[in-house]
Amino acid sequence: MTTRDEVARAVSKLERKAAMKWSARRAVIFLIFFVAISFAYSGYKTFGRAIDDSQTKWPVIGRALPRTDDLTMPPMSDIIAEFGKPPQRNSDKPLVAFIVQAASFTFREAGFGFLLGVILGMGIAIVMLRSPWIERGVSPYLVASQTVPLVAIAPIVVIWGSNSMGWLPFEWTRWMSVSIIATFLTFFPVAMNGIRGLLSADPAAMELMRSYASTRRQTLIRLQLPASVPYVFAAFKIAATGAIVGAVVGEISGGVPGGLGRLILDFASRYTTGPPRLYATVAGAAVLGIVAFALVTIAEFVTLSKRKEGSLAP
Amino acid sequence: MTATVQPAVQISGVSKIFNLGKPNEVRAVEGINLAISEGSFVSLIGPSGCGKSTLLRLVAALTPASDGEIFVNGKPAEQARLDRDYGMAFQTSGLFGWRTVIQNVELPLHLMGWSKAERRERAAEMLELVKLGDFADYYPRELSGGMQQRVSIARALSFRPSLLLMDEPFGALDEMTREHMQTEVLDIWNKTGKTIVFVTHSIPEAVFLSQRVIVMSARPGRLAADITVDIGDRTFETREAPRFFDTITQVREALRNKEPSA
Repeated sequence: MTTRDEVARAVSKLERKAAMKWSARRAVIFLIFFVAISFAYSGYKTFGRAIDDSQTKWPVIGRALPRTDDLTMPPMSDIIAEFGKPPQRNSDKPLVAFIVQAASFTFREAGFGFLLGVILGMGIAIVMLRSPWIERGVSPYLVASQTVPLVAIAPIVVIWGSNSMGWLPFEWTRWMSVSIIATFLTFFPVAMNGIRGLLSADPAAMELMRSYASTRRQTLIRLQLPASVPYVFAAFKIAATGAIVGAVVGEISGGVPGGLGRLILDFASRYTTGPPRLYATVAGAAVLGIVAFALVTIAEFVTLSKRKEGSLAP
Repeated sequence: MTATVQPAVQISGVSKIFNLGKPNEVRAVEGINLAISEGSFVSLIGPSGCGKSTLLRLVAALTPASDGEIFVNGKPAEQARLDRDYGMAFQTSGLFGWRTVIQNVELPLHLMGWSKAERRERAAEMLELVKLGDFADYYPRELSGGMQQRVSIARALSFRPSLLLMDEPFGALDEMTREHMQTEVLDIWNKTGKTIVFVTHSIPEAVFLSQRVIVMSARPGRLAADITVDIGDRTFETREAPRFFDTITQVREALRNKEPSA
Protein backbone atom coordinates (compact mmCIF):
# COMPACT_ATOMS: atom_id res chain seq x y z
CA MET A 1 0.00 0.00 0.00
CA THR A 2 2.79 2.43 0.87
CA THR A 3 4.41 2.00 -2.51
CA ARG A 4 1.07 2.68 -4.17
CA ASP A 5 0.62 5.86 -2.16
CA GLU A 6 4.13 6.89 -3.06
CA VAL A 7 3.42 6.27 -6.73
CA ALA A 8 0.18 8.24 -6.48
CA ARG A 9 1.98 11.13 -4.80
CA ALA A 10 4.72 11.07 -7.41
CA VAL A 11 2.13 11.06 -10.19
CA SER A 12 0.21 13.98 -8.74
CA LYS A 13 3.48 15.87 -8.27
CA LEU A 14 4.33 15.24 -11.90
CA GLU A 15 0.87 16.36 -12.93
CA ARG A 16 1.21 19.56 -10.92
CA LYS A 17 4.62 20.17 -12.44
CA ALA A 18 3.22 19.60 -15.93
CA ALA A 19 0.34 21.99 -15.23
CA MET A 20 2.72 24.68 -14.02
CA LYS A 21 5.00 24.19 -16.99
CA TRP A 22 1.96 24.46 -19.24
CA SER A 23 0.84 27.70 -17.54
CA ALA A 24 4.33 29.19 -17.77
CA ARG A 25 4.55 28.34 -21.46
CA ARG A 26 1.16 29.93 -22.08
CA ALA A 27 2.22 33.11 -20.23
CA VAL A 28 5.38 33.37 -22.34
CA ILE A 29 3.43 32.88 -25.57
CA PHE A 30 0.95 35.52 -24.44
CA LEU A 31 3.78 38.00 -23.80
CA ILE A 32 5.38 37.28 -27.17
CA PHE A 33 2.09 38.00 -28.90
CA PHE A 34 1.53 41.13 -26.80
CA VAL A 35 4.90 42.48 -27.85
CA ALA A 36 4.26 41.50 -31.48
CA ILE A 37 0.90 43.25 -31.52
CA SER A 38 2.40 46.36 -29.89
CA PHE A 39 5.10 46.41 -32.54
CA ALA A 40 2.55 46.00 -35.32
CA TYR A 41 0.52 48.89 -33.89
CA SER A 42 3.53 51.18 -33.53
CA GLY A 43 5.02 50.01 -36.81
CA TYR A 44 1.84 50.81 -38.74
CA LYS A 45 1.80 54.23 -37.10
CA THR A 46 5.40 55.03 -37.96
CA PHE A 47 5.00 53.71 -41.47
CA GLY A 48 1.75 55.59 -42.01
CA ARG A 49 3.18 58.83 -40.65
CA ALA A 50 6.23 58.52 -42.86
CA ILE A 51 4.18 58.34 -46.03
CA ASP A 52 1.78 60.97 -44.70
CA ASP A 53 4.64 63.34 -44.00
CA SER A 54 6.24 62.83 -47.36
CA GLN A 55 2.92 63.74 -49.03
CA THR A 56 2.88 60.62 -51.15
CA LYS A 57 -0.57 59.77 -52.42
CA TRP A 58 -1.75 56.88 -50.31
CA PRO A 59 -5.49 57.26 -50.15
CA VAL A 60 -5.82 54.05 -48.14
CA ILE A 61 -4.67 55.57 -44.88
CA GLY A 62 -7.26 57.85 -43.43
CA ARG A 63 -9.96 56.26 -45.53
CA ALA A 64 -9.99 52.48 -45.36
CA LEU A 65 -7.40 52.33 -42.57
CA PRO A 66 -7.30 54.52 -39.47
CA ARG A 67 -5.39 57.77 -39.57
CA THR A 68 -2.05 57.62 -37.89
CA ASP A 69 -2.18 60.86 -35.92
CA ASP A 70 -2.04 60.76 -32.11
CA LEU A 71 -5.75 61.53 -31.83
CA THR A 72 -6.81 58.43 -33.76
CA MET A 73 -4.01 56.18 -32.61
CA PRO A 74 -2.43 57.34 -29.38
CA PRO A 75 1.09 55.92 -28.92
CA MET A 76 1.31 52.61 -27.07
CA SER A 77 3.51 54.21 -24.45
CA ASP A 78 0.86 56.89 -23.80
CA ILE A 79 -1.84 54.24 -23.36
CA ILE A 80 0.27 52.30 -20.88
CA ALA A 81 1.29 55.46 -19.04
CA GLU A 82 -2.34 56.57 -18.87
CA PHE A 83 -3.15 53.76 -16.41
CA GLY A 84 -1.08 55.59 -13.76
CA LYS A 85 -2.50 59.07 -14.39
CA PRO A 86 -5.55 60.41 -12.56
CA PRO A 87 -8.43 60.96 -15.01
CA GLN A 88 -10.04 63.64 -12.83
CA ARG A 89 -8.41 66.97 -11.98
CA ASN A 90 -9.66 67.09 -8.41
CA SER A 91 -8.34 63.67 -7.43
CA ASP A 92 -5.05 61.76 -7.26
CA LYS A 93 -6.74 58.42 -7.92
CA PRO A 94 -5.04 56.85 -10.94
CA LEU A 95 -7.03 55.59 -13.92
CA VAL A 96 -6.14 51.98 -13.14
CA ALA A 97 -7.98 52.26 -9.82
CA PHE A 98 -11.08 53.54 -11.62
CA ILE A 99 -10.85 50.70 -14.12
CA VAL A 100 -10.41 48.03 -11.43
CA GLN A 101 -13.34 49.41 -9.46
CA ALA A 102 -15.57 49.59 -12.53
CA ALA A 103 -14.39 46.18 -13.69
CA SER A 104 -15.30 44.56 -10.37
CA PHE A 105 -18.73 46.20 -10.55
CA THR A 106 -19.20 44.88 -14.09
CA PHE A 107 -17.80 41.52 -13.07
CA ARG A 108 -20.43 41.18 -10.36
CA GLU A 109 -23.21 41.97 -12.84
CA ALA A 110 -21.73 39.56 -15.37
CA GLY A 111 -21.17 36.88 -12.70
CA PHE A 112 -24.78 36.92 -11.55
CA GLY A 113 -25.91 37.05 -15.17
CA PHE A 114 -23.71 34.06 -15.93
CA LEU A 115 -25.03 32.02 -13.01
CA LEU A 116 -28.61 32.89 -13.88
CA GLY A 117 -27.92 32.00 -17.51
CA VAL A 118 -26.42 28.65 -16.52
CA ILE A 119 -29.42 27.78 -14.34
CA LEU A 120 -31.90 28.95 -16.98
CA GLY A 121 -29.98 27.29 -19.83
CA MET A 122 -29.66 23.94 -18.06
CA GLY A 123 -33.31 24.17 -17.02
CA ILE A 124 -34.35 24.69 -20.63
CA ALA A 125 -32.08 21.82 -21.74
CA ILE A 126 -33.62 19.44 -19.18
CA VAL A 127 -37.17 20.42 -20.11
CA MET A 128 -36.35 19.95 -23.80
CA LEU A 129 -34.82 16.56 -23.02
CA ARG A 130 -38.00 15.49 -21.27
CA SER A 131 -40.38 16.69 -23.93
CA PRO A 132 -39.49 16.66 -27.63
CA TRP A 133 -42.81 18.41 -28.13
CA ILE A 134 -41.71 21.40 -26.05
CA GLU A 135 -38.31 21.26 -27.73
CA ARG A 136 -39.84 21.69 -31.16
CA GLY A 137 -42.15 24.44 -29.94
CA VAL A 138 -39.58 26.41 -27.99
CA SER A 139 -36.49 26.14 -30.21
CA PRO A 140 -37.50 28.79 -32.77
CA TYR A 141 -38.22 31.27 -29.99
CA LEU A 142 -34.85 30.60 -28.39
CA VAL A 143 -33.14 31.30 -31.70
CA ALA A 144 -35.29 34.41 -32.23
CA SER A 145 -34.34 35.68 -28.78
CA GLN A 146 -30.71 35.75 -29.88
CA THR A 147 -31.37 37.79 -32.99
CA VAL A 148 -33.05 40.64 -31.11
CA PRO A 149 -30.47 43.43 -30.71
CA LEU A 150 -29.30 43.69 -27.13
CA VAL A 151 -29.23 47.49 -27.39
CA ALA A 152 -32.97 47.44 -28.02
CA ILE A 153 -33.99 45.27 -25.08
CA ALA A 154 -31.55 46.70 -22.55
CA PRO A 155 -33.57 49.86 -21.77
CA ILE A 156 -36.76 47.79 -21.59
CA VAL A 157 -35.22 45.43 -19.06
CA VAL A 158 -33.92 48.34 -16.96
CA ILE A 159 -37.35 50.00 -16.98
CA TRP A 160 -39.10 46.72 -16.11
CA GLY A 161 -36.59 46.12 -13.39
CA SER A 162 -37.14 49.41 -11.62
CA ASN A 163 -40.93 49.41 -12.12
CA SER A 164 -42.12 45.89 -11.49
CA MET A 165 -39.70 44.13 -9.18
CA GLY A 166 -41.22 45.49 -5.99
CA TRP A 167 -42.57 42.07 -5.00
CA LEU A 168 -39.09 40.68 -4.45
CA PRO A 169 -37.91 40.19 -0.85
CA PHE A 170 -34.83 42.34 -1.57
CA GLU A 171 -34.54 45.76 -3.10
CA TRP A 172 -34.09 45.70 -6.86
CA THR A 173 -31.10 47.76 -7.88
CA ARG A 174 -30.21 48.74 -11.39
CA TRP A 175 -27.16 46.52 -11.72
CA MET A 176 -29.50 43.56 -11.31
CA SER A 177 -31.23 44.60 -14.52
CA VAL A 178 -27.83 44.55 -16.19
CA SER A 179 -27.35 40.99 -14.91
CA ILE A 180 -30.60 40.03 -16.61
CA ILE A 181 -29.28 41.52 -19.85
CA ALA A 182 -26.08 39.49 -19.42
CA THR A 183 -28.23 36.40 -18.85
CA PHE A 184 -29.70 37.00 -22.26
CA LEU A 185 -26.35 36.23 -23.86
CA THR A 186 -25.44 33.31 -21.59
CA PHE A 187 -28.47 31.03 -21.40
CA PHE A 188 -28.58 30.27 -25.11
CA PRO A 189 -25.21 28.54 -25.60
CA VAL A 190 -25.72 26.70 -22.31
CA ALA A 191 -29.16 25.44 -23.37
CA MET A 192 -27.94 24.36 -26.83
CA ASN A 193 -24.83 22.53 -25.62
CA GLY A 194 -26.70 21.32 -22.56
CA ILE A 195 -29.24 19.37 -24.59
CA ARG A 196 -26.49 17.93 -26.77
CA GLY A 197 -24.54 16.93 -23.68
CA LEU A 198 -27.53 15.32 -21.98
CA LEU A 199 -28.19 13.31 -25.13
CA SER A 200 -24.53 12.28 -25.34
CA ALA A 201 -24.90 9.66 -22.60
CA ASP A 202 -23.79 6.27 -23.93
CA PRO A 203 -26.85 4.19 -24.97
CA ALA A 204 -25.30 1.16 -23.21
CA ALA A 205 -25.05 3.21 -20.03
CA MET A 206 -28.68 4.27 -20.42
CA GLU A 207 -29.62 0.61 -20.73
CA LEU A 208 -27.54 -0.21 -17.68
CA MET A 209 -29.45 2.39 -15.68
CA ARG A 210 -32.66 0.79 -16.88
CA SER A 211 -31.45 -2.59 -15.70
CA TYR A 212 -31.06 -1.05 -12.23
CA ALA A 213 -34.66 0.16 -12.40
CA SER A 214 -33.29 3.68 -12.08
CA THR A 215 -35.88 6.47 -12.03
CA ARG A 216 -35.77 9.22 -14.66
CA ARG A 217 -34.49 11.66 -12.08
CA GLN A 218 -31.73 9.28 -10.97
CA THR A 219 -30.68 8.67 -14.57
CA LEU A 220 -30.57 12.43 -15.10
CA ILE A 221 -28.48 13.13 -12.01
CA ARG A 222 -26.18 10.11 -12.07
CA LEU A 223 -25.67 9.68 -15.78
CA GLN A 224 -26.97 12.36 -18.12
CA LEU A 225 -25.81 15.45 -16.22
CA PRO A 226 -22.28 14.11 -15.62
CA ALA A 227 -22.12 13.05 -19.26
CA SER A 228 -23.07 16.58 -20.34
CA VAL A 229 -20.27 18.28 -18.39
CA PRO A 230 -17.66 18.45 -21.19
CA TYR A 231 -20.27 19.91 -23.55
CA VAL A 232 -21.53 22.34 -20.97
CA PHE A 233 -18.03 23.63 -20.24
CA ALA A 234 -17.60 24.44 -23.92
CA ALA A 235 -20.75 26.56 -23.60
CA PHE A 236 -19.55 28.14 -20.34
CA LYS A 237 -16.53 29.56 -22.18
CA ILE A 238 -18.77 31.25 -24.74
CA ALA A 239 -21.15 32.32 -21.99
CA ALA A 240 -18.41 33.79 -19.77
CA THR A 241 -17.22 36.25 -22.40
CA GLY A 242 -20.81 36.78 -23.50
CA ALA A 243 -21.77 37.77 -19.97
CA ILE A 244 -19.06 40.46 -19.88
CA VAL A 245 -20.12 41.83 -23.27
CA GLY A 246 -23.77 41.71 -22.18
CA ALA A 247 -23.01 43.56 -18.96
CA VAL A 248 -20.99 46.32 -20.67
CA VAL A 249 -23.58 46.77 -23.41
CA GLY A 250 -26.35 46.63 -20.81
CA GLU A 251 -24.71 49.39 -18.76
CA ILE A 252 -24.26 51.60 -21.80
CA SER A 253 -27.69 51.21 -23.35
CA GLY A 254 -29.51 50.96 -20.03
CA GLY A 255 -27.71 54.00 -18.64
CA VAL A 256 -26.53 52.21 -15.53
CA PRO A 257 -23.58 53.87 -13.77
CA GLY A 258 -20.73 52.27 -11.85
CA GLY A 259 -19.27 49.85 -14.35
CA LEU A 260 -16.95 49.71 -17.32
CA GLY A 261 -19.79 50.58 -19.70
CA ARG A 262 -20.34 53.97 -18.13
CA LEU A 263 -16.58 54.58 -17.94
CA ILE A 264 -16.22 53.79 -21.64
CA LEU A 265 -19.18 56.05 -22.45
CA ASP A 266 -17.67 58.91 -20.40
CA PHE A 267 -14.24 58.67 -21.96
CA ALA A 268 -15.71 58.30 -25.43
CA SER A 269 -17.69 61.53 -25.03
CA ARG A 270 -14.55 63.33 -23.90
CA TYR A 271 -12.36 61.54 -26.39
CA THR A 272 -10.60 64.58 -27.86
CA THR A 273 -9.31 65.64 -24.45
CA GLY A 274 -7.56 62.31 -23.87
CA PRO A 275 -7.70 59.45 -26.37
CA PRO A 276 -5.41 57.13 -24.37
CA ARG A 277 -7.99 57.01 -21.53
CA LEU A 278 -10.54 55.29 -23.74
CA TYR A 279 -7.95 52.89 -25.13
CA ALA A 280 -6.79 51.98 -21.65
CA THR A 281 -10.34 51.38 -20.45
CA VAL A 282 -11.18 49.22 -23.45
CA ALA A 283 -8.03 47.22 -22.73
CA GLY A 284 -9.31 46.83 -19.16
CA ALA A 285 -12.61 45.45 -20.47
CA ALA A 286 -10.69 43.00 -22.65
CA VAL A 287 -8.66 41.83 -19.66
CA LEU A 288 -11.89 41.30 -17.73
CA GLY A 289 -13.15 39.07 -20.55
CA ILE A 290 -9.91 37.10 -20.49
CA VAL A 291 -10.15 36.71 -16.71
CA ALA A 292 -13.70 35.37 -17.02
CA PHE A 293 -12.62 32.95 -19.74
CA ALA A 294 -9.59 31.82 -17.73
CA LEU A 295 -11.70 31.17 -14.62
CA VAL A 296 -13.98 28.87 -16.61
CA THR A 297 -10.99 27.13 -18.20
CA ILE A 298 -9.42 26.48 -14.79
CA ALA A 299 -12.73 25.14 -13.46
CA GLU A 300 -12.96 22.91 -16.51
CA PHE A 301 -9.44 21.60 -16.04
CA VAL A 302 -10.07 20.81 -12.37
CA THR A 303 -13.35 19.06 -13.18
CA LEU A 304 -12.31 17.10 -16.24
CA SER A 305 -8.66 16.33 -15.61
CA LYS A 306 -9.52 12.90 -14.21
CA ARG A 307 -11.73 11.98 -17.11
CA LYS A 308 -10.89 10.63 -20.48
CA GLU A 309 -12.49 13.67 -22.09
CA GLY A 310 -10.44 16.07 -20.01
CA SER A 311 -7.94 18.19 -21.86
CA LEU A 312 -5.78 21.17 -21.12
CA ALA A 313 -6.51 22.98 -24.34
CA PRO A 314 -9.33 25.51 -24.11
CA MET B 1 -34.95 -21.38 0.19
CA THR B 2 -37.94 -23.63 -0.15
CA ALA B 3 -37.65 -26.80 -2.12
CA THR B 4 -40.09 -25.80 -4.84
CA VAL B 5 -38.64 -26.50 -8.25
CA GLN B 6 -39.02 -23.12 -9.82
CA PRO B 7 -36.62 -22.25 -12.61
CA ALA B 8 -34.63 -19.04 -12.33
CA VAL B 9 -35.67 -18.16 -15.87
CA GLN B 10 -38.74 -19.53 -17.65
CA ILE B 11 -39.23 -18.57 -21.28
CA SER B 12 -42.45 -19.76 -22.96
CA GLY B 13 -43.31 -19.22 -26.62
CA VAL B 14 -41.40 -15.98 -26.84
CA SER B 15 -41.02 -14.05 -30.09
CA LYS B 16 -39.60 -10.64 -30.79
CA ILE B 17 -40.34 -8.77 -33.98
CA PHE B 18 -38.74 -5.39 -34.59
CA ASN B 19 -40.50 -2.77 -36.74
CA LEU B 20 -43.68 -4.84 -36.91
CA GLY B 21 -45.67 -4.23 -40.09
CA LYS B 22 -43.02 -1.98 -41.63
CA PRO B 23 -40.92 -2.82 -44.69
CA ASN B 24 -37.88 -3.31 -42.47
CA GLU B 25 -39.63 -5.81 -40.22
CA VAL B 26 -37.17 -8.16 -38.52
CA ARG B 27 -38.07 -11.41 -36.77
CA ALA B 28 -35.28 -11.43 -34.20
CA VAL B 29 -36.34 -14.48 -32.21
CA GLU B 30 -39.27 -16.83 -32.69
CA GLY B 31 -41.00 -19.48 -30.62
CA ILE B 32 -38.41 -19.74 -27.86
CA ASN B 33 -39.08 -22.17 -25.00
CA LEU B 34 -36.40 -22.44 -22.39
CA ALA B 35 -36.11 -23.09 -18.69
CA ILE B 36 -32.93 -22.28 -16.80
CA SER B 37 -32.64 -23.83 -13.36
CA GLU B 38 -31.41 -21.95 -10.38
CA GLY B 39 -27.66 -21.88 -9.82
CA SER B 40 -26.80 -23.13 -13.29
CA PHE B 41 -24.38 -21.69 -15.80
CA VAL B 42 -25.97 -21.53 -19.25
CA SER B 43 -24.45 -20.13 -22.44
CA LEU B 44 -26.33 -18.88 -25.47
CA ILE B 45 -24.31 -19.29 -28.64
CA GLY B 46 -25.04 -18.71 -32.29
CA PRO B 47 -23.99 -16.83 -35.41
CA SER B 48 -24.21 -13.04 -35.56
CA GLY B 49 -27.79 -11.89 -35.80
CA CYS B 50 -29.26 -15.08 -34.32
CA GLY B 51 -30.96 -13.00 -31.65
CA LYS B 52 -28.98 -14.27 -28.67
CA SER B 53 -28.42 -10.76 -27.36
CA THR B 54 -32.06 -9.93 -28.04
CA LEU B 55 -33.10 -12.97 -26.02
CA LEU B 56 -30.93 -11.80 -23.13
CA ARG B 57 -32.41 -8.31 -23.33
CA LEU B 58 -35.90 -9.83 -23.31
CA VAL B 59 -35.04 -11.69 -20.09
CA ALA B 60 -33.71 -8.40 -18.67
CA ALA B 61 -36.97 -6.68 -19.72
CA LEU B 62 -34.93 -4.02 -21.49
CA THR B 63 -37.19 -4.59 -24.49
CA PRO B 64 -40.70 -6.05 -24.42
CA ALA B 65 -41.50 -9.41 -26.03
CA SER B 66 -43.84 -9.34 -29.02
CA ASP B 67 -45.34 -12.65 -27.98
CA GLY B 68 -45.04 -15.21 -25.20
CA GLU B 69 -44.11 -14.95 -21.56
CA ILE B 70 -40.90 -14.65 -19.57
CA PHE B 71 -40.67 -15.29 -15.86
CA VAL B 72 -37.63 -14.53 -13.74
CA ASN B 73 -37.65 -16.01 -10.24
CA GLY B 74 -41.34 -16.75 -10.77
CA LYS B 75 -42.19 -13.13 -11.58
CA PRO B 76 -42.89 -11.50 -14.94
CA ALA B 77 -39.59 -10.20 -16.35
CA GLU B 78 -40.62 -6.54 -16.01
CA GLN B 79 -41.40 -7.02 -12.33
CA ALA B 80 -38.07 -8.79 -11.85
CA ARG B 81 -36.31 -5.81 -13.40
CA LEU B 82 -38.09 -3.43 -11.06
CA ASP B 83 -37.20 -5.72 -8.13
CA ARG B 84 -33.57 -5.77 -9.29
CA ASP B 85 -33.46 -9.54 -9.49
CA TYR B 86 -30.62 -9.57 -11.99
CA GLY B 87 -27.29 -7.88 -12.61
CA MET B 88 -26.00 -7.24 -16.08
CA ALA B 89 -22.59 -6.99 -17.75
CA PHE B 90 -22.15 -5.85 -21.34
CA GLN B 91 -19.41 -6.18 -23.92
CA THR B 92 -18.39 -2.60 -23.34
CA SER B 93 -17.70 -2.33 -19.65
CA GLY B 94 -19.94 0.76 -19.52
CA LEU B 95 -18.07 2.21 -16.57
CA PHE B 96 -18.64 5.89 -15.87
CA GLY B 97 -15.43 7.80 -16.56
CA TRP B 98 -16.16 10.42 -13.93
CA ARG B 99 -16.44 7.87 -11.13
CA THR B 100 -13.57 6.02 -9.53
CA VAL B 101 -13.54 2.22 -9.67
CA ILE B 102 -15.16 1.88 -6.25
CA GLN B 103 -17.72 4.60 -7.03
CA ASN B 104 -18.66 2.69 -10.17
CA VAL B 105 -19.28 -0.47 -8.13
CA GLU B 106 -21.30 1.62 -5.68
CA LEU B 107 -23.54 3.03 -8.43
CA PRO B 108 -26.39 0.48 -8.19
CA LEU B 109 -26.26 0.63 -4.39
CA HIS B 110 -26.40 4.41 -4.60
CA LEU B 111 -29.55 4.16 -6.74
CA MET B 112 -31.05 1.78 -4.20
CA GLY B 113 -30.56 4.27 -1.42
CA TRP B 114 -27.89 2.49 0.61
CA SER B 115 -25.98 4.53 3.16
CA LYS B 116 -22.46 5.61 2.29
CA ALA B 117 -20.83 3.30 4.83
CA GLU B 118 -22.80 0.26 3.65
CA ARG B 119 -22.03 1.09 0.04
CA ARG B 120 -18.31 1.43 0.70
CA GLU B 121 -18.17 -1.82 2.61
CA ARG B 122 -20.02 -3.86 0.01
CA ALA B 123 -18.18 -2.32 -2.92
CA ALA B 124 -14.82 -3.03 -1.29
CA GLU B 125 -15.92 -6.61 -0.70
CA MET B 126 -16.92 -6.96 -4.37
CA LEU B 127 -13.62 -5.53 -5.55
CA GLU B 128 -11.84 -8.13 -3.41
CA LEU B 129 -13.97 -10.79 -5.10
CA VAL B 130 -12.76 -9.71 -8.54
CA LYS B 131 -9.22 -9.20 -7.18
CA LEU B 132 -9.14 -5.45 -7.70
CA GLY B 133 -9.04 -4.40 -4.06
CA ASP B 134 -5.94 -2.29 -4.67
CA PHE B 135 -7.51 -0.32 -7.48
CA ALA B 136 -10.51 1.16 -5.67
CA ASP B 137 -9.51 4.79 -6.14
CA TYR B 138 -8.33 4.53 -9.74
CA TYR B 139 -10.34 5.93 -12.60
CA PRO B 140 -11.56 3.46 -15.27
CA ARG B 141 -9.29 4.90 -17.98
CA GLU B 142 -6.27 3.93 -15.86
CA LEU B 143 -7.25 0.24 -16.01
CA SER B 144 -6.75 -2.36 -18.73
CA GLY B 145 -9.72 -3.76 -20.66
CA GLY B 146 -9.77 -6.96 -18.60
CA MET B 147 -9.67 -5.04 -15.35
CA GLN B 148 -12.51 -2.81 -16.53
CA GLN B 149 -14.59 -5.90 -17.27
CA ARG B 150 -13.90 -7.20 -13.78
CA VAL B 151 -15.11 -3.91 -12.33
CA SER B 152 -18.29 -4.18 -14.38
CA ILE B 153 -18.83 -7.72 -13.04
CA ALA B 154 -18.27 -6.47 -9.49
CA ARG B 155 -20.82 -3.74 -10.18
CA ALA B 156 -23.35 -6.26 -11.54
CA LEU B 157 -22.94 -8.40 -8.42
CA SER B 158 -22.77 -5.58 -5.87
CA PHE B 159 -26.44 -5.76 -4.85
CA ARG B 160 -26.35 -9.57 -4.78
CA PRO B 161 -28.88 -10.35 -7.48
CA SER B 162 -29.57 -14.07 -7.83
CA LEU B 163 -29.18 -13.89 -11.60
CA LEU B 164 -26.27 -12.59 -13.63
CA LEU B 165 -26.82 -11.78 -17.31
CA MET B 166 -23.66 -11.38 -19.37
CA ASP B 167 -23.70 -10.19 -22.98
CA GLU B 168 -20.39 -11.11 -24.65
CA PRO B 169 -18.53 -9.60 -21.74
CA PHE B 170 -15.11 -10.75 -22.99
CA GLY B 171 -15.74 -10.09 -26.68
CA ALA B 172 -13.32 -7.17 -26.80
CA LEU B 173 -10.49 -8.85 -24.88
CA ASP B 174 -7.41 -10.59 -26.24
CA GLU B 175 -7.23 -14.40 -26.07
CA MET B 176 -4.90 -14.58 -23.04
CA THR B 177 -6.92 -12.15 -20.97
CA ARG B 178 -10.07 -13.87 -22.10
CA GLU B 179 -9.02 -17.29 -20.80
CA HIS B 180 -7.93 -15.71 -17.56
CA MET B 181 -11.28 -13.95 -17.20
CA GLN B 182 -13.14 -17.20 -17.88
CA THR B 183 -11.37 -18.83 -14.95
CA GLU B 184 -12.23 -15.80 -12.83
CA VAL B 185 -15.91 -15.97 -13.74
CA LEU B 186 -16.06 -19.67 -12.92
CA ASP B 187 -14.40 -18.90 -9.61
CA ILE B 188 -17.02 -16.23 -8.87
CA TRP B 189 -19.79 -18.61 -9.91
CA ASN B 190 -18.45 -21.30 -7.56
CA LYS B 191 -18.16 -18.85 -4.70
CA THR B 192 -21.51 -17.12 -5.10
CA GLY B 193 -23.77 -19.80 -6.59
CA LYS B 194 -25.50 -17.35 -8.91
CA THR B 195 -27.47 -18.36 -11.95
CA ILE B 196 -25.47 -17.12 -14.93
CA VAL B 197 -26.77 -16.66 -18.47
CA PHE B 198 -23.84 -15.98 -20.73
CA VAL B 199 -24.06 -14.83 -24.36
CA THR B 200 -21.02 -15.54 -26.51
CA HIS B 201 -19.99 -16.35 -30.05
CA SER B 202 -16.94 -18.33 -28.99
CA ILE B 203 -17.48 -22.09 -28.92
CA PRO B 204 -14.56 -22.94 -26.58
CA GLU B 205 -15.66 -20.19 -24.22
CA ALA B 206 -19.22 -21.52 -24.08
CA VAL B 207 -18.04 -25.11 -23.52
CA PHE B 208 -15.42 -24.23 -20.94
CA LEU B 209 -17.78 -22.10 -18.86
CA SER B 210 -21.17 -23.72 -18.98
CA GLN B 211 -23.11 -26.69 -17.80
CA ARG B 212 -25.43 -26.21 -20.71
CA VAL B 213 -24.87 -24.68 -24.12
CA ILE B 214 -27.96 -23.44 -25.97
CA VAL B 215 -27.26 -23.27 -29.68
CA MET B 216 -29.31 -20.79 -31.69
CA SER B 217 -29.89 -20.48 -35.43
CA ALA B 218 -30.30 -17.25 -37.32
CA ARG B 219 -33.13 -15.45 -39.10
CA PRO B 220 -35.38 -15.99 -37.34
CA GLY B 221 -33.57 -16.83 -34.12
CA ARG B 222 -34.65 -20.25 -32.91
CA LEU B 223 -33.25 -22.77 -30.49
CA ALA B 224 -31.31 -25.30 -32.53
CA ALA B 225 -29.77 -27.52 -29.88
CA ASP B 226 -29.48 -27.87 -26.14
CA ILE B 227 -26.17 -29.49 -25.27
CA THR B 228 -25.26 -30.62 -21.78
CA VAL B 229 -21.59 -30.15 -21.02
CA ASP B 230 -20.04 -32.88 -18.90
CA ILE B 231 -16.32 -32.34 -18.70
CA GLY B 232 -15.78 -32.38 -14.95
CA ASP B 233 -13.99 -29.73 -12.91
CA ARG B 234 -12.44 -26.96 -14.92
CA THR B 235 -8.70 -26.85 -14.53
CA PHE B 236 -5.86 -25.75 -16.71
CA GLU B 237 -5.79 -29.25 -18.24
CA THR B 238 -9.48 -29.08 -19.17
CA ARG B 239 -8.69 -26.94 -22.22
CA GLU B 240 -6.48 -29.72 -23.54
CA ALA B 241 -8.66 -32.68 -22.62
CA PRO B 242 -10.29 -34.84 -25.34
CA ARG B 243 -13.71 -34.52 -23.72
CA PHE B 244 -13.45 -30.74 -24.03
CA PHE B 245 -12.75 -31.03 -27.75
CA ASP B 246 -15.51 -33.62 -28.20
CA THR B 247 -18.03 -31.19 -26.75
CA ILE B 248 -16.67 -28.36 -28.88
CA THR B 249 -17.16 -30.55 -31.95
CA GLN B 250 -20.68 -31.34 -30.83
CA VAL B 251 -21.51 -27.63 -30.51
CA ARG B 252 -19.82 -26.83 -33.80
CA GLU B 253 -21.84 -29.44 -35.63
CA ALA B 254 -25.05 -28.21 -34.06
CA LEU B 255 -24.19 -24.71 -35.26
CA ARG B 256 -23.34 -25.88 -38.76
CA ASN B 257 -26.45 -28.01 -39.23
CA LYS B 258 -28.72 -25.12 -38.54
CA GLU B 259 -26.86 -22.48 -40.49
CA PRO B 260 -28.28 -21.69 -43.92
CA SER B 261 -25.18 -23.15 -45.59
CA ALA B 262 -24.47 -22.61 -49.25
